[in-house]
Amino acid sequence: MVGGSVVEAALTILLDGLQFSSYLFIVSAGLTIIFGVMKILNVAHGSFYAWGAYTAAFFIGKFSDMGLPDAMGFLIIIAAAIIVGVILGFIIEQGILKYMYHRDEVLIVLATFGLFLVLEDIILIAFGTDPYFAYQPMALLDAVEMGGIVRDVYGLTLIGVAALVAVGCWWLLNKTKWGTLLKAVIFDREVGIAMGINVPLVYTLTFIGGAILGGLGGAYIAPTISVAPGLGTEVIVLSFAVVVVGGMGSIAGAAIGSLIIGILRAIAVHELPQVELFVVFAVMAVVLVFRPEGLFAPAKPRKI
Amino acid sequence: MFNDKTAKFILLAGLVLCIGGAFAPNWIVNQFMFGFARALAILGLMVLWRTGLVSFGHAFYFGLGAYAVAILDIELGVTDVFLRLLAGAVVAGTAGFLVGFIMRNYRDIFFAMLNTAISMVLFGIVVKTESLGSTDGFAISMSTILGFAPESKYPLFVIITLIGLTSALLVNFYLKTTVGKLTTAIRDNEIRVEYLGFSVAHAIHLKYTISTILAGGAGALMAMSLGQVDPESMINWTVSGELVFVTILSGPGNVIAPFIGSLVFEVLRTYAFELAPQAWQLIMGATFLTIIFFVPGGIWSLLEKLGGKKNAK
Repeated sequence: MVGGSVVEAALTILLDGLQFSSYLFIVSAGLTIIFGVMKILNVAHGSFYAWGAYTAAFFIGKFSDMGLPDAMGFLIIIAAAIIVGVILGFIIEQGILKYMYHRDEVLIVLATFGLFLVLEDIILIAFGTDPYFAYQPMALLDAVEMGGIVRDVYGLTLIGVAALVAVGCWWLLNKTKWGTLLKAVIFDREVGIAMGINVPLVYTLTFIGGAILGGLGGAYIAPTISVAPGLGTEVIVLSFAVVVVGGMGSIAGAAIGSLIIGILRAIAVHELPQVELFVVFAVMAVVLVFRPEGLFAPAKPRKI
Repeated sequence: MFNDKTAKFILLAGLVLCIGGAFAPNWIVNQFMFGFARALAILGLMVLWRTGLVSFGHAFYFGLGAYAVAILDIELGVTDVFLRLLAGAVVAGTAGFLVGFIMRNYRDIFFAMLNTAISMVLFGIVVKTESLGSTDGFAISMSTILGFAPESKYPLFVIITLIGLTSALLVNFYLKTTVGKLTTAIRDNEIRVEYLGFSVAHAIHLKYTISTILAGGAGALMAMSLGQVDPESMINWTVSGELVFVTILSGPGNVIAPFIGSLVFEVLRTYAFELAPQAWQLIMGATFLTIIFFVPGGIWSLLEKLGGKKNAK
């Protein structure tokens, strides 16, 4: 029996860790794509996440009140991510960032911080300060017993969504014409322009794509949490930690960074809750000190 | 040290503020206290900013300074304003000096991120540790001045003003020395600076340490003015962001700029919060974007334009 409970505890930690990693990966994938292509460290990414969560929670609640089937919730989650990503991504890229590409990288980070502040408050104005609960999709899927422990199915689907996002990104980058163009721009923006690639368009689409992923992270996690103000503040530093650990601009890096941080945090939560936050940022600091480019950063071509 | 326009202006401003403070209503004195306490940290960030370095984690040192005051108060009952300030500055400065050995090799966003990581490590520890006050923080007892307990806030205001202006004088002096003048040179071309025979790493290490001492002092003064410390408003990354915000708002033009910028920030925040409690971050964010886009030199450059280049202090 003692042996059994150890296995159960280990399984719980593993599943918790995988779930948390999946959630981190979905959010950080968008951040790292935007950084990889555009060299923008986007603090406002936390707002995409928060907007996704609020939009999904709001409409799931509304639809449920109207007596529509709860299964609609999954459609709403995807729709919320796309709507938030396309609208916010387009407005921010075209309205502000477009005019900053020639400026210093650090200044662009600061501008996205300004945007983050603005978007945080527009959320409060649009949705109010009361928390939202959109438990319907989660209640719909119920729970299963596996290996002696009970898990809710919704949380497990998160792992599937993350895998889909990972495969989708890989396929897009390596198997499509768009991916080839994107890699050319990442490798050398100016040569890309010289070769006739429409770089401004690539930038706009990349930013929108990244924003959709940020929104998806928020929208998908919304049913499992209480959607309340300050949501984006914690997420953005966590995803910074993920992309730094894995290597900024690399999808595989984001996946590995998410796994390391997700599982370490799950171990901390179960075994030593005091170090839950500490461990995440300690890993981030250690990686920055010993391998500033991240554990799995793509090798950079040296330019003069 | 006292024979340039900036230094003369600082001395005059100090005199005016200290006399004016005695007659000013309480709320104005409060705004100046908070503003000048924060300005000390901005002064340090300005030194870094002139080199092109932006730290998104100086809340680490700000928080160390504030918590040094709180822990000294609770554990040893230290209430003297100068001992508290000294403790804050020494703790933060020592940490900054040690971290500086690593930090001096980092630039751009890596510099910003490593600072963020370190500050969030401290945030993670404080938030989860009961004996460090967890998320509630600590209340701090009233400060005493060399053994006597002031009735009003005025004496603390005078001390903060004098400390702030003295620091401004010292930084002004530092910027005029050779190693201080390397500040902008390093931003423009590090390799040339090395060829001139200076060590870029040493110069940045010095700047970093100066900025951390000032941030620690600022944290200590802020803790004393507010009468409390807590992780959310002293150590979280949003505090670091706020400090950077005020630095850019002030502009790198002059050591007086951080003081003007901080005051503008305090007033802006108070009124934005009163006018629209749901939208004060929006107002701040929009102001920030406006400054980045249209006024890269910050408030200081506006004042220079107003006064004409000739009369600029």
